Amino acid sequence: MDLSQYLEIFIDETKEHLQTLNDQVLIMEQDPNNSDTVNEIFRAAHSLKGMAGTMGFKRMQRLTHDMENVFSEIRNGKISVTPDIVDIVFKCLDALEGYLANIQDSADEGTEDNEEIINLLNAALDGSGSTAPSLPEDEGIVIAKETPAASEESANSSAPAANGDKAKFHEIGLADFEVKAMKDAVANGMHVYGATVYIQETCILKAARAFLVFKGIESIGEVAKSEPSVQDIEDERFDFDFSVFVISEKEIAEVEKVMANVSEIQEVVIEEIDPDKAKIAQPDAKADESEAEEPEVKAETAEPEHAAAAPAAKKEPAEKKHADAKKKPVVNRSVRVDIEKLDDLMNLVSELIIAKNGLVSVSANEAGNHNQQFNEQIEYLERITTNLHESVMKVRMVPIESVVNRFPRMIRDISKKLNKEMELIMTGEETELDRTVIDEIGDPLMHMLRNAADHGLENTLDRIKLGKPRVGTIRLDAYQDGNNVTIEVSDDGKGVDAEKVKASAVKKGAITEEQAEKMSDKEAIDLLFRPAFSTAEKVSDLSGRGVGLDVVKSKIEGLGGDVEVSTVLGEGTTFTVRLPLTLAIIQALMVDIREEKYAIPLSSIVTVEDIPSSEVKLVQNKEVINLRGNVIPLVRLSEELDFEPLEEEPESLVVVIVKKGDKQAGLVIDNLIGQQEIVIKPLGKYIYIHKMFSGATILGDGEVALILDTNTLL
Amino acid sequence: MADILENTAVGELKEYIVSRVGDEQYGIDISYVDNIVRMQNITRVPKTQSYFIGVINLRGEIIPVMDLRKKLELDENELTSATRIIIIKPEQSALLGLLVDEVREVVSLSVDEIEDVQHDSNGEYNMYVTGVGKYKDTLISLINVAGIIDD
Repeated sequence: MDLSQYLEIFIDETKEHLQTLNDQVLIMEQDPNNSDTVNEIFRAAHSLKGMAGTMGFKRMQRLTHDMENVFSEIRNGKISVTPDIVDIVFKCLDALEGYLANIQDSADEGTEDNEEIINLLNAALDGSGSTAPSLPEDEGIVIAKETPAASEESANSSAPAANGDKAKFHEIGLADFEVKAMKDAVANGMHVYGATVYIQETCILKAARAFLVFKGIESIGEVAKSEPSVQDIEDERFDFDFSVFVISEKEIAEVEKVMANVSEIQEVVIEEIDPDKAKIAQPDAKADESEAEEPEVKAETAEPEHAAAAPAAKKEPAEKKHADAKKKPVVNRSVRVDIEKLDDLMNLVSELIIAKNGLVSVSANEAGNHNQQFNEQIEYLERITTNLHESVMKVRMVPIESVVNRFPRMIRDISKKLNKEMELIMTGEETELDRTVIDEIGDPLMHMLRNAADHGLENTLDRIKLGKPRVGTIRLDAYQDGNNVTIEVSDDGKGVDAEKVKASAVKKGAITEEQAEKMSDKEAIDLLFRPAFSTAEKVSDLSGRGVGLDVVKSKIEGLGGDVEVSTVLGEGTTFTVRLPLTLAIIQALMVDIREEKYAIPLSSIVTVEDIPSSEVKLVQNKEVINLRGNVIPLVRLSEELDFEPLEEEPESLVVVIVKKGDKQAGLVIDNLIGQQEIVIKPLGKYIYIHKMFSGATILGDGEVALILDTNTLL
Repeated sequence: MADILENTAVGELKEYIVSRVGDEQYGIDISYVDNIVRMQNITRVPKTQSYFIGVINLRGEIIPVMDLRKKLELDENELTSATRIIIIKPEQSALLGLLVDEVREVVSLSVDEIEDVQHDSNGEYNMYVTGVGKYKDTLISLINVAGIIDD
């Protein structure tokens, strides 16, 4: 059977499940008694196994199966969560990611059996029941100390499932109306059967088999209830068995035959049920085991009219299911769209804006020739295109969560590896960025986090000596700031020593000693962004190879953003990354420089000033102006753009004040044209583009104008 | 018909767009050519290579335009009404404009009509030209597209 069409979905969903597992296992490590987490983990592992099986990835299925067993035992309280087990589970997740990577590359899972991990998992299972070895506190991990209450609770809820009882339908809680329907059926001379159907584990199309079973049942009666729900079964969200309650007038043997006749069904366990005893009918085999809870259950169900009490006993899981059911529709309301289609859409919107700009410029040139209505329509069109652009842009926006959600796991691993205690606090994961930016931002962020973990934070011992909290803190804070998104990566470590940086730079020949002396601390720290520069005394495989911050910087600048570092010696370092919300369309100020038109991104402009030429002063042979107490260097754009200087200086200069971080500069232009929404276009492949231009745009009249990257002029 | 048969027998036929640059004829392999447009507004790009005169907007796409005269180190000349920009596509999804003085015709040349003259009389290697084609009584320098985009 050709499953290739499902491969993409499989890959996407597997990624999601693996991410859930990574996240939840981290939570479990911190809080082993959280049953929600364990259930969530179990669900994800279970779906993963089912999907791998469906797609015929046997190795992956086997590994997941063994992992699931471990989770199942954890859920049942038979083994407790120890750092060892968490380590094994993470290894297992990494191996699964390995399979996924193979599948992504070649649609094949590869031949690695990961026997070692499977053995570890099984060893963990064998060790079940033994208490967790207590660990020295400096491991920094909360140890699973099972409270008696928790173990009792989990043992109660899942012991029957674990004891190998095949008639799982006995465990199903029935709702009031379901019991009533069954009673009515019995009153009408029908039979009610409970059945658990086991599908062969080699079966590829479980859902299809289950569907045939349902169809068979419907030919002779009706399904009163199924567990998992019909929807889940259709979506293959079940293991190799499911349970149903059947109402039929046929005899038990006939019903069983109908169900067992479907191929690839391994076994059908069926029993007639007395709806009056729906909840209490415990099979003999486990009667003794469940004795403890029986009196309680019996008390509740002693009187049939109190059947409503039975569901109450199952209230908690039912509520959870309810919550899930509520969540699902939200998920299903989204559509997976090929990224290329979004790119096409964005391109079309760009074209539309160019065409709109063209129309605007035509109408402006023919001022007076047309009536009010025409103007109104043009304005209407402008509004629509702007809204359309915003909408399409929003569609392309992805929360940065999708990149940062792997970082907690990474920090945990680094923490173990370096034997430093640290925690990662992330805020603003819901902040959204254009997907082109998202795709590129992961590596630089990872690099900065590693830097913080490796070089930023001190060893635990040093921290204690310094009187700092023993656990180092790394923060990743993201927030939207006007047309930009800011991401700050900070640590409360030792900070960067400017003198050390200078010394290192001099040693490497990057700067001379004289330069070093003149350098401010800030300039010195900016040296970190120079290529092949690392202050780490020892090279680790995490960072410190000197290929780092310069790559981070160039990558972020390539995205139209910038990165800054600020540090306080002994208190920590903060990297601030600013990124544009979108790359394709920006608001810009159009200006004339001599006879040419240029665009300056509005996001970098502070103000526009008229400055009398007489107020231009020379400081160290450079032109500056004094603007409300600030001394701001002047940049004559006409010179930068290779124009001959004018013979006569005009009486006053039009100066656009631009900023980059806390630096400012005044760009001298000749004339302001106005604000415009522009579409950034690349300048083609073969031509060399000076870094002072970040691209070009097409104006309303079809002419091309270059976009100035003011950051490079500062 | 007989001509064609004869020609295919002696070698594969290739079509070239012949244009005038200065006093010389240059041929560009037609398989590279995407379009030929009239002279239009060219936006200067400061600080770029001297032989790029700027960029143009062709149906919403920005395309750099190379002045073949400057590239081939010929004398400068005035732009006239015959001046054209030949848009070539050296690679998938990358366009380049070549400014020529005039576009003349399309000619078919077979391999044996082309002489390999990558080394000129001084023995210097000319990376911009793959060979010289003889057509009627004119000589056509065939442009090496890979060569002109190389640097």
